[in-house]
Amino acid sequence: MNSDNKSDIDESKHNRKVLVLFAHPAQTRSEVNVPLFADAQAIEHVTAVDLYAEYPDFNIDIEREQQQLVDHDIIIFLYPLYWYSTPSILKEWQDLVLEYGFAYGHEGTALKGKQFLCAISAGGKEEAYQTDGFNHFTIRQLLQPLEQMASITHMTYLAPFALFGSRTAQEEHRISDHRRKWTTLLNKLVKGELNMEKAMNIENLADLCTQSGE
Amino acid sequence: MTGYFLYAFIYLVAAVIAVPIAKRLGLGSVLGYLIAGLVIGPVFGLVGDETTTIQHFAEFGVVMMLFLVGLELEPRSLWAMKSKLLGLGGLQLGLTAALITAAAIALGQPFGVSLTIGLIFALSSTAIVLQTFQEKGLQQTEGGKSAFSVLLFQDIAVIPMLALIPLLAIPELASSAAEHGSSSESHNNLSLVEGLPPWGYGLVIISSVAFVTVGGHYLSRPLFKFVASSHLREIFTATALMLIIGIAALMGLVGLSPALGAFLAGVVLANSEFRHELEANIEPFKGLLLGLFFITVGAGINFGVLSDNAVLIAALTITVMLVKAMVLYVIAVVFKLRESNKWLFTLSLAQAGEFGFVLLSFASQNYVLPSNIISVLSLVVAISMFLTPGLFILFDKAIMPRYQGSKTQREQDTIDEQGSVVIAGIGRFGQIINRLLVANDVKTVVLDIRSEQIDLIRRVGTKAYFGDASKPDILHTAGAHDASLLVIAIDDKDTAAEMVKYAKHAYPNVKVLARAFDRGHGYRLRQLGADYVVSETYHSALEMGAEALRSLNIHPFHVERQKMAYKNIEDQQNDMLYKAWIDDASGERIDNNYLKLFIELESLIKNALKADLHDKHSKMRGWTPPPKGYAEKLEHDEIPDNE
Ligand SMILES: Cc1cc2nc3c(=O)[nH]c(=O)nc-3n(C[C@H](O)[C@H](O)[C@H](O)COP(=O)(O)O)c2cc1C
Repeated sequence: MNSDNKSDIDESKHNRKVLVLFAHPAQTRSEVNVPLFADAQAIEHVTAVDLYAEYPDFNIDIEREQQQLVDHDIIIFLYPLYWYSTPSILKEWQDLVLEYGFAYGHEGTALKGKQFLCAISAGGKEEAYQTDGFNHFTIRQLLQPLEQMASITHMTYLAPFALFGSRTAQEEHRISDHRRKWTTLLNKLVKGELNMEKAMNIENLADLCTQSGE
Repeated sequence: MTGYFLYAFIYLVAAVIAVPIAKRLGLGSVLGYLIAGLVIGPVFGLVGDETTTIQHFAEFGVVMMLFLVGLELEPRSLWAMKSKLLGLGGLQLGLTAALITAAAIALGQPFGVSLTIGLIFALSSTAIVLQTFQEKGLQQTEGGKSAFSVLLFQDIAVIPMLALIPLLAIPELASSAAEHGSSSESHNNLSLVEGLPPWGYGLVIISSVAFVTVGGHYLSRPLFKFVASSHLREIFTATALMLIIGIAALMGLVGLSPALGAFLAGVVLANSEFRHELEANIEPFKGLLLGLFFITVGAGINFGVLSDNAVLIAALTITVMLVKAMVLYVIAVVFKLRESNKWLFTLSLAQAGEFGFVLLSFASQNYVLPSNIISVLSLVVAISMFLTPGLFILFDKAIMPRYQGSKTQREQDTIDEQGSVVIAGIGRFGQIINRLLVANDVKTVVLDIRSEQIDLIRRVGTKAYFGDASKPDILHTAGAHDASLLVIAIDDKDTAAEMVKYAKHAYPNVKVLARAFDRGHGYRLRQLGADYVVSETYHSALEMGAEALRSLNIHPFHVERQKMAYKNIEDQQNDMLYKAWIDDASGERIDNNYLKLFIELESLIKNALKADLHDKHSKMRGWTPPPKGYAEKLEHDEIPDNE
């Protein structure tokens, strides 16, 4: 998992290390998230972890997960939106790993200064995620628990990287475009080229990755 | 020879008739034995002179009882009792002896005689009290434990008493005896310590106690292991008897109390893996001998002396019991025994005891007490013992109900004896169960018939005992009646089945978890009443199958789901299969329904697990994404009102 730890010591001074925590319980039926996960695996300086594969019985190794967090600069949750929230293993992961004294509290500063964001796919359409839309809340509003989690753990919270209408994205040929934006995002994060000011305040990070960074 | 058989027969008949009746009437077995003795002795005169001889023999039951008591008491818990032992026991003995001595002096007896009487009556009856506690399940109550401390202290105190009493000898008695030529030496049979200087005597005593302790600790284990490896049950029994009789003999030779020696040996062996097997072997002997002892107490009541001194004896008995009860009550108050425990403590120990007989005969041999006093006092001892079951009944009927209202108090008493778990079989299977339980602070008692196995397990610090768990009595001594769970983890199919059957019959309230060899065996165990059954290979096979799938690069979480699906179907079908199995097994059906259902199970599992991999519209549920285009529809669909 951390196979690229030792590679290119010189370069790693400039490169940030990105951790993608991927959660999808039914991967044989996934059209969006599994390809995104595969893309992440292929990028240098990105560690991509399939949580359901690591912990099929939810027996999460707290020590190891904490160490992994310490070893990276940018943390990404990659998941399909399930009931306006994360699949359950990501919740379990937070409950177990983000301990008092580690992630928050008086001496809990292990995550201080890291960046955090969610890469999500939602079945609902973009118009639906508006205060006057079908879902009554914007996606940023719905992600507020995670935003506050980042805040209390002293991480910088970036806007979500979201794909809406995910169930028909394949039919509408939107997936390859979304994957391109995703690799752009990861590469920019590794190189530290992302415009932080914008990344924090925009509604959807995907809109910031339109021009190819490569 | 025939004469002996006849006597034995009479004793047994009396016991067989009287004891069950007494128990049924709620009087307890001790009173039953006493009455049996009364009937065959003074009432019908069927037995007579030999009772004293038999009594000496039967006193050995007390020795065995103390051995068993010792077995229940690890050195550590004995040490923890020390303040109770000295405080309660010392006060009881000192105060009672002082008061009774003073009373005897007031009645005009010389000091030596009075002191001897005081000491004799300060003792209570270990035999009756412990037996009754056991029968009524009172050992673990606070009152019961306190009473036990006192009894233990008394048993220890007998030793210095035996040393002290000869010093109180009345010179006139001794000289008149010498004139009559009845030498006391003939009585004192064998002794190793006669004529030794005091320091030599001390040395002999210390070394023999050391021998019992050290020998018990280091020599007994290899011996028992050697014997156990022969797999002959009766030889094990013989070894156990040999041990106790040997200790009793040694103690007798050096002038110590055999009961105390046996107790010591018991404590030393309390940690041994053979503890439960020993208990199971000695228990029946102890029961019979104690019964015999009680019978002889009943039979030994001399109606002649009794009717001649009726008023005196009655008055003495009542005085002694009142004095003892008073002292006990005061101690109970001082030591803050609560509610019913205070009364249990007071009433249970208010009698004189079997050591009273021992001291009386010892006192007569040493010319400390004149014979007329001895015959009266013997009766007082006997009658006070006779009345004890009555006091227990009083406690049961009059005192307990008063405190029953305050339920919480009773519950507190019983909590410290936590329901434990008996694990039969500590092979690969039982070990895992035991580790899990022990890690969760559950008290377990582990049994196995392979002494090598026990050895191994003990080495890693697990408390395990050698014993054949399929024998009813060992299950009992292992505490199956108090246990909340019995785990049967042995690998022998038939023995396991027998055990389930017996355990469910003897301890219907104990939950039984059993290891099954295969499906058929599991159903058999279930039919016999096992509460939970698992096939020994089921879970490991499922795990290995899962690992095989993972090795073929199937997603681990998917594999996990497949495993769960497998279990679900197995559980669902299991009840049906079981019923079919019962029908087939009882021969009610000839169409082999079971086999049919079994084949059905195979295909059910196959179908349920197959679906997901190949088509995306799986029959397996869970995280099914909403259909394509659902988002369009959602917004425009009108949800019909519920009617
Ligand atoms: C259990 C479950 C809950 C879902 N809840 C939501 C939801 O609250 N909002 C939403 O927009 N889509 C929801 N969806 C749709 C998923 O977000 C959609 O299936 C997913 O983004 C598709 O990504 P994939 O192709 O990688 O599986 C849900 C799907 C499932 C299976």
